[in-house]
Amino acid sequence: MAHLSYLGVLLFIVVGTGWLEVVLRTRVYRRWKRLLLSVAPLVALFVAWDLYAIARGHWTFDADRTTGVLFPGDLPLDEVAFFVVVPIAAILTLEAVRSVKGWTVGDEVEPEAPR
Amino acid sequence: MTYTQLGVLAVAGTVVLDLWILRTRLLRRRAFWLSYAIVVFFQLVTNGLLTGLRIVRYDAAAILGDAQPVFIGAGRIAYAPLEDLLFGFALVTQAMAWWVFWGRHGVQRTPVAGPPRRWVTGGVLGTPPRDDGPAPGGSGDDQAP
Repeated sequence: MAHLSYLGVLLFIVVGTGWLEVVLRTRVYRRWKRLLLSVAPLVALFVAWDLYAIARGHWTFDADRTTGVLFPGDLPLDEVAFFVVVPIAAILTLEAVRSVKGWTVGDEVEPEAPR
Repeated sequence: MTYTQLGVLAVAGTVVLDLWILRTRLLRRRAFWLSYAIVVFFQLVTNGLLTGLRIVRYDAAAILGDAQPVFIGAGRIAYAPLEDLLFGFALVTQAMAWWVFWGRHGVQRTPVAGPPRRWVTGGVLGTPPRDDGPAPGGSGDDQAP
């Protein structure tokens, strides 16, 4: 079970933010196309950063506490999952704040005419 | 580059992305800063687990602190290197900025978030209950094919 430690932390984040979708009606997962478009550039950028950091030895992962599934460049599956889970949690939080406080975030108006 | 240098660069890049490239200007909105305050608290908890349990370990040469995770001090906060705050800020802020960017460009602007379920607003959170009518901008069913 120890090798699921990293994924366990991620599960905590998914569960810890998932209720916002239901109770505060954030409607983030429901807008999955917009979510996909938002997360994709982050996965690309932060995977690149991660690959650089792994290659340079900035950080290492405990083989006993991660799944052991590695992508090319010794990138753990757990890390890729992190770059999906954390941005979704951030977006859920922003929409939860909007839901509760009624504050604007900047997407309420029509966009400016095409440049 | 070290993790420290990359972290500073990432924060600068995030500011440029939000203010001038995507023009989302989230950094000027209180909704963003409240969201970030919530996220950073939970980052300290979850990242504290990842670093305190040594699931992730850091090379002392790449960070301000040293390789030994301590709760606070020696370049660490809740076991994590201070640099993780820079990394986290970049990841979280860019996520929100892209989300708002696509909304501004008409990608699933609706169904909008909220209002919270009435038993929440009436009880736990203590704010006055709102109408149960459709939220401004759509009831949530306008995306149905």
